[in-house]
Order: sequence, then structure tokens, then C-alpha cells
Amino acid sequence: MRTTVSWGALPVLTLCVLLGPVAAGLWGTLLPAFGHLPAAGQTGPTLAPFADLLAWPGLARSVWLSVFTGLTATALSLGITILIVAGWWGTRPFVWVQRALSPLLSVPHAAAALGLAFLIAPSGWIGRAVSPALTGWDRPPDWLIINDPLGLSLIAGLVAKEVPFLLLMTLAALGQADPTRSLRVAQALGYGKVTGWIRCVLPRVYAQIRLPVFVVLVFGMSVVDVALILGPSTPPTLSVQIVRWMNDPDLARRLTAAAAALLQLGLVAGALGLWCAGERLAAWIGVRAIARGGRGRGERALRGVGLSMGLVGAAAVLGGLAGLIVWSFAGFWGFPDALPDGFTLRNWSRQAMALKGAAADTALIALAAVTLAIVLVVGCLEAEHRRGRTLTQRGLVLLYLPLLVPQTAFLPGIQTLLLSAGAQTGAGPVILAHLVFVLPYVFLSLADPWRAWDARHGRVAAALGAGPGRVLWRVRLPMLLRPVLTALAVGIAVSVGQYLPTLLIGGGRIATLTTEAVALASGGDRRAIGVFAVAQTGAALVPFAAALAIPALVWRNRRGLHG
Amino acid sequence: MKSLFALAAVALATAPALADADPADWAAVEAAARGQTVFWNAWGGSTATNDFIAWAGGRVAMDFGVTVQHLKLTDTAEAVTRVLSERQAGVDEGGAVDMIWINGPNFAAMKEAGLLFGPFAESLPNWQFVDVDGKTVQSDFTVPTEGFEAPWAMAQVVFMHDTDDLPQRLGSMAAIRDWAVANPGRFTYPQPPDFLGVTFLKQALIDITGDAGALQAPVSDATYDAVVDPLWAFLDTLTPALWRDGRAYPANGPAQLQLIADNEIDLAISFSPGEASAAIANAQLPPSVRTFVLDAGTLGNASFVAIPYNSSAKEGAMVLANFLMSPEAQLRAQDPEILGYGTVLDMEALPATARDAFAALDLGVATLSPAELGQVLPEPHPSWMVRVADDWMLRYGTGQ
Repeated sequence: MRTTVSWGALPVLTLCVLLGPVAAGLWGTLLPAFGHLPAAGQTGPTLAPFADLLAWPGLARSVWLSVFTGLTATALSLGITILIVAGWWGTRPFVWVQRALSPLLSVPHAAAALGLAFLIAPSGWIGRAVSPALTGWDRPPDWLIINDPLGLSLIAGLVAKEVPFLLLMTLAALGQADPTRSLRVAQALGYGKVTGWIRCVLPRVYAQIRLPVFVVLVFGMSVVDVALILGPSTPPTLSVQIVRWMNDPDLARRLTAAAAALLQLGLVAGALGLWCAGERLAAWIGVRAIARGGRGRGERALRGVGLSMGLVGAAAVLGGLAGLIVWSFAGFWGFPDALPDGFTLRNWSRQAMALKGAAADTALIALAAVTLAIVLVVGCLEAEHRRGRTLTQRGLVLLYLPLLVPQTAFLPGIQTLLLSAGAQTGAGPVILAHLVFVLPYVFLSLADPWRAWDARHGRVAAALGAGPGRVLWRVRLPMLLRPVLTALAVGIAVSVGQYLPTLLIGGGRIATLTTEAVALASGGDRRAIGVFAVAQTGAALVPFAAALAIPALVWRNRRGLHG
Repeated sequence: MKSLFALAAVALATAPALADADPADWAAVEAAARGQTVFWNAWGGSTATNDFIAWAGGRVAMDFGVTVQHLKLTDTAEAVTRVLSERQAGVDEGGAVDMIWINGPNFAAMKEAGLLFGPFAESLPNWQFVDVDGKTVQSDFTVPTEGFEAPWAMAQVVFMHDTDDLPQRLGSMAAIRDWAVANPGRFTYPQPPDFLGVTFLKQALIDITGDAGALQAPVSDATYDAVVDPLWAFLDTLTPALWRDGRAYPANGPAQLQLIADNEIDLAISFSPGEASAAIANAQLPPSVRTFVLDAGTLGNASFVAIPYNSSAKEGAMVLANFLMSPEAQLRAQDPEILGYGTVLDMEALPATARDAFAALDLGVATLSPAELGQVLPEPHPSWMVRVADDWMLRYGTGQ
């Protein structure tokens, strides 16, 4: 009886770890938004911060930018994902797509954005490759591509990173959607591959990837690092402007920032509402289309579009990364040379000191957060198993909640609260903040393989006299070594990529590879940026490689455990 | 929650002026500093500066047992905000920020709010070498420093031009505007409120307005429009001819170096006469870049370091501030292969060997000699730039 109680406490603890910071942060945002910040000589409640916010002339434009870039990036990412899976599932190119997923996913957003910026700028690698031979340019054209006022390059950067994420989520969902038989029936009835998939499989799959799609939407609307690098600056998106106000020496601007953070929260809620309305519209159109009985036209074109968009996205991320690698070893590299005048190790040796410190902080935070996360997640899953209760849909929403609240709405509030509580700055609070973002991904990554484990192994072990603890440690965890390590790698990649939590909660004392890379990005020194972005990507990628290599080594003599 | 805020307010009202570290007793300061870790909050967007800070940290670790951690800021205001937040929370000791590279409006704000430790600067041993008469080291943007910050570098506005595309120097802001209009897309400046972007606005304002004297007093509603209107007229003509039609701007100074190296622009402002030479040595700029100043002179000021009132390592920070003013550190900072910053020291006050070392320094191909740098113009009162930067945002920074 007592064990039941303690196992039941774990999910509660996990929820507290997840939701406590979010709730506290929102509270810490709410007070100053209504003018309550005694240190600035302000006591509320008053609506003055909102009046200041409304008086800012860039407001309409930055609100529009946040909504437009977020919705467009999400719709495009989802559309491309659907076309790739619908058109190519079960084919050879799809196997390549699956292989490319992990590396693409692990490239941190900031590094991908920095690489993309160098590719597509007028003086970027693409321009250099075709100049002056094809273009006749001996100097780059004065084209506004990066930081364009419509946020198109920001959208491109988001799509390139979100398609792999949605693809992964879709693949996970497909396992439960039984696509093969549905497709066989649809194709026997004369539906094209894409059309059949969209009409028969998509409705079931979409129900399962709906929350991840929401996450993409919220992230796209509130991201700071990618928007700093690729987004417009006259004015920037609302999230970037919030961070600017938070950092203004004039304390009164913090009230404006808090008001804007609440507006951001409202915008995200509104956009989610709009998206849900869009879902209904799409469903209505879909049902009508099914009723009309069309078997699908332009199948080849749709398949082509899906695959080529996917390839372009992958090429943008990987090509950008290659560009950063070249820059990190570059001597002088003028336009329009396709390669630098010379290669040197000097850029790396110059950064060695800073790199070492940042790498150590990155590793410490990532390992601590991921260790906590895996303990909680395994505990929750094991509790679920022992108590025979799986996570309800409502529980799943709670799990997703930290990812559905814009970071810029609650992180500034946490910073204020931590300070008010007199908490010491340092790695501790940053690790807890990272945990909020790491935990959901670790859970999502591990839950399915954990539940899919054949419980008969456990029964055999129990019949041989093993207690539940021994079954967990000696049978289940070893058998699930690969998914556990993959979940750890996912968690590390998430932690490595965190910018805003590290910056705001660390109070500047914590310098990770990501904060360093983004800080350097503002200085435009591509060699230094290259060094840090490459190191950042390595920090995220190496754990994935280890997650592949370690089980292969440990289980080299257990053929049945080679996934 | 409310009680916490109330507590913070009480703590704020009763915070004592801390006098635990007396720079006059230097031996005691050095003894207390040993073993301390100084978190130096300094803008981290420039590789050359970061390297110099790392070097200085290594030196004080070796000589004085003080560990220096460089916190790379994207904006100095972040550190100011941090100290403000700490006071708000009642963290009056053991704060996260031990020393800040600071000047201008950030210093004015911190000094006025009583967030700085001091006075300490003029009691530091190396203050004896500082050129108090010849350089603006005792006032910062017209605000008297009163020993609350220690100078460590002199800066003066120069313009970097790529002589392959723009061979001749341009003698005034009007000439720069005319050249930019004739060569659209080849000039830009960092986006205000970036420090260097605001500096460009100031330099333009001083060169163009009819009433530069008014800028030395705090801004007043009565004269603001008359003084500043010529600047808006200037920018209205210039902006459409800027890089990207003025719809996007580089984030800061070093971002302009990359634009010149990419041959996107031919002309850029710099606040460091030696920056171009240093960047050429670092392969960040093509060797064809040179610098010039305006006929009527250019803005100059000093870079300082200040210590927050709640610094957890005041003694260590003072040791570091003192080291930064040493002939050794100043010589290294002035070397264009390293940093190319102007020295704050008075050559006459230095020992002969140090003086000779400065005289022997090769300032680099793109650096003007002290004589060529010409007239140094004083900074306007900070209140002007707060207002000009805000108005710039309204006029050019919000897509209107």
C-alpha cells in the first residue's frame, strides 16, 4: 500500500516541476503589467503600462509580424510535412528522410538560423557560388533578404527547423493509425497515394499531432533568438521587443515589457483559436471533398513539391552548417570568392578559452536537467505501469502546457520572482528552468517505447521471483536502453538550444554555447559565430551519436535488442 | 508576494552606503582581493575586445590572485538592469555584477540612482599616470565622474572607407550625405539605440546643427526642435540612399566590418581610431580600408569601468580597474594588432621606459596619427540622446 502512495506522488511532483515555474512566472508578469513594481516607485493597480504599450508606434506592426510569421510558418511546416509523408511514406526516399531527421532535429535553432543567414544573404554562399560567373556581380546587390520587413526569412528559418520536428511527431503517430491497410483500401478504390493518405490517414494522425502543431505555432510566434538573427528590426517581432524593454536601463520600461508579455499571451491564445477555427474549416472542406468523390489530381506535382521542399529545407540547414564550419576555419574571405583565401586554426585557438568555459556550463546544465527529467519521467511511466492508469488527454495537455505558454510571457516574471525571493543566481535556477522545457520532450520521446515494452518479460521475471524493483532495474531499463538514451539525447539537445531561459534566469552569469553564439551574432564576426555555432551543434549532436553507438556496443551479442 | 515587495522597498530605503573597501589603503585592498572572482560585465560582440579582456584576466590572476570572468553582454543596459533588479529585491550584498564596462547614459543612470560603489577611481595607484588635463577622463558625456568610474580607453569617432570603392576622404556630414545619395546602398550605420548608432546621430547633429553649444546643457523643450530639426532633414535625405534603403540596419559596430568585408558597403563609422588596423590584421577587413575624420573634428570620449554598490568582489574589481590603467595594459590596448584603443595615460607622467614603448608602437596602416585625428569634440549631455534616439525610433525605426 505504501509503495502505491509513493509512486503516485511522482506524477504530482512532475506536474509541480512543470507547472510551478509557469504559474509563478505568469504571476510575476501580471503584477508589473498592472503597474505594481515598488522598486521603480510604482504601485498599482493602474492601466498605465498598457497605455504606454499602446503609445509605442511600432506596436501594430510588431503584433502583425508575430501573428503572420507564426501562423505562416506553422501552416507551411504542417503542409510540407503532410506532403512528404503522404507522398513518400514507405518508399526509398522516405528512408533517407528518416535518416536525416535526427541530425536535422539536433541542430539548434540559433545555429540553423545563423547558417541560413549566411546562405541566403546577397553576399552569402549562394550568391558567392554563382558570382561573378552567372550574375556578373562583383559586389553583392543591395537586396533586403535577411531581416526583411515581412519576416519571410524568419519564416523560412522556422520552417526548415519545424518540418523535421513535425515529421518525427507524425512518424510516432503513424504507428497507431494503421496507415497501410487504410491506404490499400483507398488505392483499391482508385484514390491517388497523396489524396488517399490525406483523406483516410491524416484525420487520425492529425488528432495525435495536434498538440505538437500547437507547440510549433506558439514557438514560432514567441521565439527570440531566431527572430533576432533573421527577423526584421524596424520594428522587430513583439517577443524581441519585450526582451529589449526588459533590458532597458529605464525601470519603467519593464512595466511596458510586462504589459507586452500579457499581450503576447493573448495573441498566442487568439492565434490558437484561429488555428482551431482553421481546423474546422479544413475538416468541413475535407468532408465536402470526400463527398464529391474526386480521386485526386496533380498527384505527381504534389509529391514533387513535398519532397523538394523537404530537400530544400534539409539543404538549408545542412548547407548553412557547412558554411559555418568553413567560416570557423577561414582567413580573409571577401566577396565574391566562393571559398576563403586561406584556412587557419587561429579562429578556434582564439576562442578556445571562452569555448571551454561555455562548453562546461552547457554540459553541466544539460546533464543536470536531463538527469532530473529522466528520473521523473521513468518514475511517472513506472507509476503509470504499476497503477495501471495511463495518461489521460487532459494530462497530456498539462504536459504540453509549458510549451504552449509563450516563453516571453513567463520567463521575465520568473526572473523578477527569483530576485524577490533573494534566490542566488547561478546554475541551479537555470537547470530548473531548463527542466521545464526538457521534461515534456523527454516524456514524449520515451513514453511510447516504454508502453510498447512487452510486459510478459516482466511476468516471466516475476515468476522467477523478482520484485517490481528488480524487474525495472534488471529487465525493463536494460531492454529499453536505446529509447532511454535517445530520450536523454533529445533532452540534451533541447537544453543545449535554450536561449531565453539561460539568458533571463541566469542573470548573465551563465554563458552557454547558445547564449555566446547569439551574443556574437549581433557582432557579425562570422568566424567567431562559426566556431560557437559549430560547437553548439556538436554538443547537441554527439549525444545522438552516443545513443546509437552505446546500445550497439552493449548489446552486440543480443540480436533481439538491435532496434 | 506583496509582503516581499514591501520588504524589498524597506531594504531599499535602509540600504547603508557600504564602505568596506577603502582604496586609500591599497595593501589592504590587494590582500582582500586575493582569491576573489570578478564578474566583469562587458559588451561581448567584438572578438578583439574579448581577447583583450581574457588577457587582462590572466594577468591579474597571475599577479594578484584575482579571477576574472567576462560576462559577454549584447547590451550594457543588461548589466544595469540586473543591478536595478537586485536592489529591487533587496540584494544589497553579493550581487551578480562585480564590474561594468560603462559610459554615457548608463553611467548617468546608475550614478543618479546611487547604484555605484565609490568614489574609488582617483585613489587607485595608477591614477597618477592618467592624463587628467588633456583627456576627458573626469566627465562622462558632461556628467562629472567624481571617482565613481575609472577610465581605461579613449575613443574618437573616425570613418572607415574602402579605398577601392571610395578613394577620397569626406570632410563633413553633408559631404557624406551627398556621396551616399550619389552611391545609393553603399553606406549605413548601426541601428539606434545601439551605442554606435546613437553616436552617428550625435556626430551628425553636431556637424549639421547651427547650435552645437546648446548640446552641452540638458535638453529643453524650448530649443529641442530648433536644434534637432536639421538632423531630421539630413536623415530624410540620407535614409532612402542607405544600405537596404534604410529598411534594415546592422545591429552594431562590428556587424559593419562584416558588411565592408562582404563588399556590401564602402563607408562606416567607428568609435575607435585603431579598429580598422586591428580588423585588417585579423582578416576581418580588406587591406584597402583607411580612416578619416571630419574637418570640424569628431566626437571623443572615454570608456570606463564602474563597480556596482552591491558587487561581491569590490576589492578584486578595483585591482582589475587599476591594472587596466597600468602602462602595460594601456600599451597592449593601443597596439593595433591587439585592440587599437587610445590610451588614457599622460606620456609626460610615465617612466621613460614606458614612454619609449608607447613611442615605438606601430599604430598600423589604417590608423591616423594623433595630429591627424585633429579636434576632439565633447559629448552632448546624455538627455539629448535619449530624446533623439526615441524620436529616431518614431521616424525611422518602426516602418513608417
